[in-house]
Amino acid sequence: MSSEFAVLINGLTKRFGHVPALDGLDLDVRTGEVHGFLGPNGAGKTTALRVLLGLLRGDSGHAEILGSDPWRDAVALHRRLAYVPGDVTLWPTLSGGEAIDLLARLRGGIDPRRRATLIDRFDFDPTKKGRAYSKGNRQKVALIAALSADVELLLLDEPTAGLDPLMEAAFRECVAEERAAGRTVLLSSHILTEVEALCDRVTIIRAGRAVETGTLTQLRHLTRTSITAELAELPASLAGRPGVHDLAVNGNQVSFEVDAEHLDGVMRLISQAGLRSLICQPPTLEQLFLRHYQVSAS
Amino acid sequence: MIGTGVLVRLALRRDRLLLPVWILVIVAIPVAIASAIAELYPDVGQRLALGATMMANPALQALTGPIFDPASVGGLTAWRATTFAAVLAGLMSIMLVTRHTRAEEESGRAELIGAAPVGRYALPAAAVIVTGLANLLAALLLVAGLAGQGLPLAGSIAFAGAVAGMGLVFTGIAAVTAQLTANARTANALAVAVLGLFFLLRSAGDASGAEAVSWLSPLGWAQRIRAFADERWWLLAVFAAVAVLLVAGADLLARRRDIGAGLLAARRGPAAASASLRSPLALAWRLQRGMLFGWAAGFAVVGGVFGALAASVGDIVGDIPQIADMLARIGGAGVLVDTFFATQLGLFALVASGYAVQAASRPRAEETIGRAEPVLAASVPRWRWLAGHVACALAGSALILLIAGLAAGLAHGLRIGEPATQATRIAGAALAQVPAVWVLAGITVLLFGLLPRMTAVAWAFLVAFFLLGQLGELLQIDETIRRFSPFAHVPALPGGTATATPFVWLCLTTGVLIAAGVAGFGHRDLKSD
Repeated sequence: MSSEFAVLINGLTKRFGHVPALDGLDLDVRTGEVHGFLGPNGAGKTTALRVLLGLLRGDSGHAEILGSDPWRDAVALHRRLAYVPGDVTLWPTLSGGEAIDLLARLRGGIDPRRRATLIDRFDFDPTKKGRAYSKGNRQKVALIAALSADVELLLLDEPTAGLDPLMEAAFRECVAEERAAGRTVLLSSHILTEVEALCDRVTIIRAGRAVETGTLTQLRHLTRTSITAELAELPASLAGRPGVHDLAVNGNQVSFEVDAEHLDGVMRLISQAGLRSLICQPPTLEQLFLRHYQVSAS
Repeated sequence: MIGTGVLVRLALRRDRLLLPVWILVIVAIPVAIASAIAELYPDVGQRLALGATMMANPALQALTGPIFDPASVGGLTAWRATTFAAVLAGLMSIMLVTRHTRAEEESGRAELIGAAPVGRYALPAAAVIVTGLANLLAALLLVAGLAGQGLPLAGSIAFAGAVAGMGLVFTGIAAVTAQLTANARTANALAVAVLGLFFLLRSAGDASGAEAVSWLSPLGWAQRIRAFADERWWLLAVFAAVAVLLVAGADLLARRRDIGAGLLAARRGPAAASASLRSPLALAWRLQRGMLFGWAAGFAVVGGVFGALAASVGDIVGDIPQIADMLARIGGAGVLVDTFFATQLGLFALVASGYAVQAASRPRAEETIGRAEPVLAASVPRWRWLAGHVACALAGSALILLIAGLAAGLAHGLRIGEPATQATRIAGAALAQVPAVWVLAGITVLLFGLLPRMTAVAWAFLVAFFLLGQLGELLQIDETIRRFSPFAHVPALPGGTATATPFVWLCLTTGVLIAAGVAGFGHRDLKSD
């Protein structure tokens, strides 16, 4: 296959007993991009990553990673990628430094200078035994081991869960550097500001299938802009107009949300109604997610 | 102790399958033995003959303890079943207490509970209460079962009391070991090591006729309560008092430490891994070596003690004229020493199988807890990861048997003045047990590969083989069934003759089991629960 896509998933399904975890998932990650992978808890993000790692085998559909079959070629593939699990468990008798070295060596080696830099950047004490680390510090072990590896692809499963804001900033810097170095990153995350700051493209999954995918601009386009305006007179046709939602009128002031494709028409309408002031808020990623998450909850 | 009641119910809910199985096994074995003895040895004459034969065998005395009343069914039942049932009650108690105290702390669940409005020591209190209840229930069922077989009620109560007493003492011991270390596996290992020590004391005392040594062990008390033979009721009070003291001691220790911490402060480790920690095998060795060293030390001590006893075995029995005649006919005291060694090595092999199952189960623990995932997400083929642990199980079980054999042979050899000869001879005999032990590792790997959630069933195989081997002859179980046990195929060494055939078959069986398990693991999903 061409090297255009680092990860290519088509119609992937995976059931655990009677519970479907992946239900026809599609996902493509382009080589060299940072791809955000979002979804509510239990949507199937971790299952998808485990299939990509050959730890689970998909029931049907197609999954390809760096041009190879993740199940069949797992061992060779793992030399070319690094993984940070969402919940890192360490060996109680091994120190953090030992765990970093071991995991990196099992992948094929470690650059001692890069290891030292990362330990410094993440302000990590490698001499404690596995049991003594907090959640965030356990996460750092997996992060340092993964980031110090010279690989083409990073699979990160909620890697900043448990990190403090300073460490999160260090993590963002690292990911930016990885991208600059031409590496591909698949980042599963719940932290929307992180996704907005880092990701080129985003895929949102719900109940085991992708519901949205695209660049942030494209995704923003899919959602509503909120508008608060002060008008000379209230246009009668505003209420009930297609694309206008949650209209609230307070004297001369109106506030509502409008779908992207109706924005043009609605703006024309209110600009002819004696527009005195206008606050226009672009859609946040958060709104987009909430919309999808709430659908899944209902 | 607010909340203890809820936690007791939680423990009962979590153990609703495990607990009945333990209790059933503890009750069923003595009842089955009583029923079999009543059926197979209906006349007093037969029973006295059986008793005389058994008393003539010090190796068996070491295993089971003395017979106080060979004339009655109850007396023979107490002789044969007390150690079994008492050891099982001890193991059940250790397992239960650790599971509901230290394992809960280690997993972090205790924190969740500690944050709720429950008393600080409600968790250990609930564990002790549940374990105590389990032992009492087992005792009640034992009384009902034994009396139901027509045995005298008083003897049944004494027998059940000794079994439950042993369970309660180990409830206390496990409550203490759970306070000492931050690791549930180590807590269990410490308590089991104490159980092993008590077994050794009683065993050595009974085999050498040193009554005082046997009295040092609660297992000795369990025998010497003399169920069905003029009971010593006051021993029940001794059990209870020791159990209460131990629990009180655990409580004192618990007050001196923080949640999640052991009494020993955690040490720091190296900032970087040594050059050798770079393969799945090196990781498996690193994870398993502590346990292996513990087992090796235990086997060295036990081997040494039994080796030192062996020469006395002929002397004790030689004092009894009828037996001395019999001995002369079958080839002299040397034969008796060999029989003693063969019996002890057979027992060592069963215990070493416990190590093999434990070591071969390690991959399951690593998988469940999520530590297999990062390793297998690195460039490690599944078979190599599994092979590292399997290698530890196979080499480790061979090593501990070799150590036991060397220690036993050396101790015996030093007494009779030929250390080198005896060390090699007994070590060789010990190694003859290894292929049978490996079969248990093979069964564990097969279960792990094909039915990972059933990996623990390997322990059931071990118990079944143990019962077939130890009780098969007494209960006159059919030979074809007894040959299901790999240990039935090991020749009686030292002293007997050995051919290569059974060893080849046992090794082949192990190979096939392991290969199937590894293949199964290569084709299945990683399961983290």
